[in-house]
Amino acid sequence: MTITNYLVLAAILFTIGAVGVLVRRNAIVVFMCIELMLNSVNLTLITFARASGTVDGQVIALFVMVVAAAEVVVGLAIIMSIYRTRRSASVDDVNLLKY
Amino acid sequence: MPASLPVDGLLSVAWLVIVLPLAGAAVLLLGGRRTDRWGHLLATGTVVAAFVLAVACTLQLSDRPGHAASVDLFTFIRTGGLDVSAGLLIDPLSAVFMLLITGVGALIHVYSIGYMAHDPGRRRFFAYLNLFVAAMLLLVLGNSYVALYVGWEGVGLASYLLIAFWYTRPAAATAAKKAFLMNRVGDVGLALAIFLMFAQLGTTSYAGVFGEVGLLAGGTVTAIGLLLLLGACGKSGQFPLQAWLPDAMEGPTPVSALIHAATMVTAGVYLIARSAPVYDETPTARTVVLAVGAVTLLIGAVVGCAYDDIKKVLAYSTVSQIGYMFLAVGLGPVGYAAGIAHLLTHGFFKAGLFLGAGSVMHAMDDQVDMRRFGGLAKRLPVTFVTFGLGYLALIGFPFLSGYWTKDAIIEAALDRGGWSGWVLGGVAVLGAGLTAFYMTRLMLMTFFGKARWTPGVSPHESPPTMTAPMVVLAVGSVAAGFLLVQVFPLAEWLEPVFGEPAEAAHVVAPAVVGVVVTAVMAVGVLAAWLFVGRREVPTTAPARVSPVVTAARRALYADTVNEALVMRPGIWLTRALVWLDNRGVDGVVNGAAAALGGSSSRLGRAQTGFVRSYALGMLGGAVLVAGALVAVTTA
Amino acid sequence: MADFPFLLAMIVVPALGAAVVAALPTARAALARPLALAVSLLVLLLAVLATVAFDTGGDRFQLTTSVAWIPDFGVDFALGVDGIALSMLLLIGVLVPVVVGASWHETPPPRPGRGPRSMTAFWAWLLLLESLMVGVFAATDVFLFYVFFEAMLVPMYFLIGSFGGPNRQYAAVKFFLYSLLGGLVMLASVIGLYVVSNSSLGEGTFAFDALRQLEIDPNVQKLLFLGFFVAFAIKAPLVPFHTWLPDSGAEAPIGASVLLVGVLDKVGTFGFLRYCLPLFPDASRDLAPWVLALAVVGVLYAALVAVGQDDMKRLVSYTSVAHFGFIALGIFAFTTEAATGAVLYMVNHGIATGLLFVVVGMVIARSGSRRISDHGGLATRVPLLAGVFLLAGLASLALPGTNSFVSEFLVLIGSFPERPVHTVLATVGIVLAALYVLLMYQRVMHGPARGVLAEPEPEPDPVPDHAGPPDGGGATAVLTAPTPPRTRAVPDLSRREIAVVSPLVALVLLLGVYPQPLIDLVTPAVEATISDVGADPGGNTPQVGGTEGGTD
Repeated sequence: MTITNYLVLAAILFTIGAVGVLVRRNAIVVFMCIELMLNSVNLTLITFARASGTVDGQVIALFVMVVAAAEVVVGLAIIMSIYRTRRSASVDDVNLLKY
Repeated sequence: MPASLPVDGLLSVAWLVIVLPLAGAAVLLLGGRRTDRWGHLLATGTVVAAFVLAVACTLQLSDRPGHAASVDLFTFIRTGGLDVSAGLLIDPLSAVFMLLITGVGALIHVYSIGYMAHDPGRRRFFAYLNLFVAAMLLLVLGNSYVALYVGWEGVGLASYLLIAFWYTRPAAATAAKKAFLMNRVGDVGLALAIFLMFAQLGTTSYAGVFGEVGLLAGGTVTAIGLLLLLGACGKSGQFPLQAWLPDAMEGPTPVSALIHAATMVTAGVYLIARSAPVYDETPTARTVVLAVGAVTLLIGAVVGCAYDDIKKVLAYSTVSQIGYMFLAVGLGPVGYAAGIAHLLTHGFFKAGLFLGAGSVMHAMDDQVDMRRFGGLAKRLPVTFVTFGLGYLALIGFPFLSGYWTKDAIIEAALDRGGWSGWVLGGVAVLGAGLTAFYMTRLMLMTFFGKARWTPGVSPHESPPTMTAPMVVLAVGSVAAGFLLVQVFPLAEWLEPVFGEPAEAAHVVAPAVVGVVVTAVMAVGVLAAWLFVGRREVPTTAPARVSPVVTAARRALYADTVNEALVMRPGIWLTRALVWLDNRGVDGVVNGAAAALGGSSSRLGRAQTGFVRSYALGMLGGAVLVAGALVAVTTA
Repeated sequence: MADFPFLLAMIVVPALGAAVVAALPTARAALARPLALAVSLLVLLLAVLATVAFDTGGDRFQLTTSVAWIPDFGVDFALGVDGIALSMLLLIGVLVPVVVGASWHETPPPRPGRGPRSMTAFWAWLLLLESLMVGVFAATDVFLFYVFFEAMLVPMYFLIGSFGGPNRQYAAVKFFLYSLLGGLVMLASVIGLYVVSNSSLGEGTFAFDALRQLEIDPNVQKLLFLGFFVAFAIKAPLVPFHTWLPDSGAEAPIGASVLLVGVLDKVGTFGFLRYCLPLFPDASRDLAPWVLALAVVGVLYAALVAVGQDDMKRLVSYTSVAHFGFIALGIFAFTTEAATGAVLYMVNHGIATGLLFVVVGMVIARSGSRRISDHGGLATRVPLLAGVFLLAGLASLALPGTNSFVSEFLVLIGSFPERPVHTVLATVGIVLAALYVLLMYQRVMHGPARGVLAEPEPEPDPVPDHAGPPDGGGATAVLTAPTPPRTRAVPDLSRREIAVVSPLVALVLLLGVYPQPLIDLVTPAVEATISDVGADPGGNTPQVGGTEGGTD
């Protein structure tokens, strides 16, 4: 059993997430892609933790989950308030913060 | 050294001679309108008191061994290797000037009481006049070149203030500025000479400089001599800085008499005579002094023949006569005493002539155009007689003042020998002839012939406060030359300063010179009578005249040259530099600011507001960093 | 008495005064002016007392106070003065009360849409500026100096930007950015000095006296020198770093202009003397030819540009640039005479140009225009003002008898033995100085009355004349002799204005006739500086030996 498979899977998941963030317009989907990226990183951390026999990676993964949960709360709240004011969840409609 | 003897008696308070007029000026300027009523009397009183003190000091000086007294008053500037003390040097040379300045100054103060009686600015006038007397006394009494420089610029200021006295007239204001600026050009020369003395000798006092000037390299001494000459030319209206003096006649006439005839303009002669030990070391610089004197005496005499403005004719006459003095002091030891003697007699008769001209103007409602005079001899008898005596003295009528002193200069020039002696002597004789011509022309146009007065003018003799000084000066014009040359020879009195006058081998016998000069003078007088006296004088100057007269009327194009060479390029340069400063130097600064602002706003366009493009940027950055890490670790 | 912390008091008193003035409630705003005057007079008193306590023959730095400030980096709050700094403190002490008096009736500029600013802020900034100016001259710790150097910009920025002329925002930002740029370059050099001291002493320090003893590698010296030099050359200012000064000097309110050219700019030349020469002697000697070239170019160039100005305040600013050229010449000639002259020049220029600015301000207050061409023939109507104007101008052109002559003379005569060519060129500048002063004076004061003050009153309020015919029909108006246009009443100097100018006039004349006490005050410090830079402080040794030299 090599760790390669796990790492390749994590890389694939991360790539899917990254591409999703760049190409999708719906804020909810972008958000879920970010979660996907975070979880792919978690998978990598756990894989290495398992391979090296320490718990450091697992601890960090737990941290990431906690932070991700907090982020989801704030992020979804922002998306909700944007949706209320602009009647849209498309990220391209929110480009007021510019030059 | 006799000058280091303890100074006692009146000489120890000789500084009062300077301080009295200065205090008068201060009271008048600070006291304001309160002093309007009696200010002019106070001013006159201080100068008279200074004259009395000057006489007493001179008497005491003549009893003193060595005939010199050096009084140190206080430390002016002392730092590093420089030690300048404010001090006075009273020796025969400065005593002569002290008497001239306070004496003529006092007379002209008295004259001004009458002349300026109805001028609203009378208090200001007397304050400036006192200021001038104080500065001029400092100039001649200082014991170092720095003290001389302080007085030198001080008289320049007083001259500026007095030329611009009627400052609402643009011509007066401009003339004053011109005088100050051309003087400053000369001052640069004097200042550089002082710097050079300090660099080479470490001192600026007369005693220090004269004691060691012989140790200097010849080139350095020549440089000092030429720089001093530049200063002298500026102050004395000598070529090439002569153009300011005629314009300075915009000032009130007593000013022209005191400052621009008798005293200030002769400061250049004083400077060269005072620096005799320097010039004794450098024949080259002396030759240049001679050339300047000769050229100027001709320029002044030629231009004087063409002008119709009575004061300007007298001004060019002054330029010409100072040329004689420069010629004399440029001759070296044989000429110093002659130059100073001519300076003194000139002080008498030229001041008298100016006061006479002022009296004429007073009578003619400030008219200065001689074509509007004529036939004034009967109406202004006192003025006519005193002016006439001054005139005779100036043209060198036998046995009057000018005859003695001018002849001495011409003799000394001829005694130089060789071709240069003949040229200089010839120029001086020619100048004497021209002097006779233009002065006779002036006399004929003013006092003789038919009255050509502007309608409504009724000439009247001036009040006694004005005529009395004229009479005193006329007596001086008659007698001073004889007294100074024959009775109390000035050359002997000045011996402690200039050394024993060398017994010159005469190239031409003095008697012959006297006869020739008198003959040339007579030719000049006759020519003037032929050209002017015989005919009717037109009230407007004839327009069709020969090129020579045109050139003379334009003062031999001195102003034209100054304008073309200095003023117009200067204006152009100034405009160019202002443009350069605003567009060039400041343009770079503002351009840099604008470039920074422009590029930042252009870079700001990258902030599109699309979250996805930011994410792409982050991704790209992360990939770059990762790639760099991989590259570094594998390499 | 020498134990009293004069310098600290001179910093704290105006700072406290500024705080009190700023905290005044609107109802008591009228108290701000007298309070500012009282505080500035108190500082003058302290400066005079400090001078009395100062011993010219004693240590180089006296009246010292030192408190550890940031011990980790060896930064001390260290104050102390030598003769040079003390003379500058005296200048501040004299100028600030004069500025308060000259600004007594200053009014804030109108702001579109809102009411004018309260003048309390003006007085508060002025006092704060005084405090910081004292600090910058009194600091003996390089870091502390830097802090004061930069902090000084803030009150001046607000004085120009809030209370200046129509173009004040532009001028204030330009002033601030220019000075800040120089300051930051200097900061790099200050840190560089710390690093050098850390490596050669084992412990980093900012103390001036310790840094002075360092032997720094010549190439490093050059870099550090340039950092300081750029800051000071902008501050002083030398051509070509000068273009901020005409803008700031012209737009600033008169009081701020006086302090700007009178004191603030002197920090630049003071910095040359205090920091550039002693800390980097080799670099100073190597780079002196370049600095001297800038100085001489500045003398001639700025004078010529001044001749071409029509704005009186810009003209005076340009004359200052020319004068700073003279000061730089005196400093970088490395002779005691010239450097003494430069220090005297700093003081005298503050007094003379301060007076000139004050008088120009009085003319502008009467006419409302800064343009020379809007004036003419004023001397008949304001003779006293004209007299003071002329005196200030004469002091600016260094006429003997005024204070500037002594300093200019010393600078030139001291520089001549070392740098004859530069000196000759700079001496030509005295003709140009006469030109710009007399041109301005002639156009403003001489000639027939013309310009805005000669125009009739703005509101031609016809006074009903019971004897004359009612001025109704145009025909009668043509027939009657034209009445001379009633010109505006132009008052001569008021009592307040006389009180403002007379101390400066007195100093101009006093220091012109008897400058030796001031020379004695600064000479020891100047000699120390000159020997720091490796030149002979004994002064000029003439080429031709004295009497005792001729033995062999």
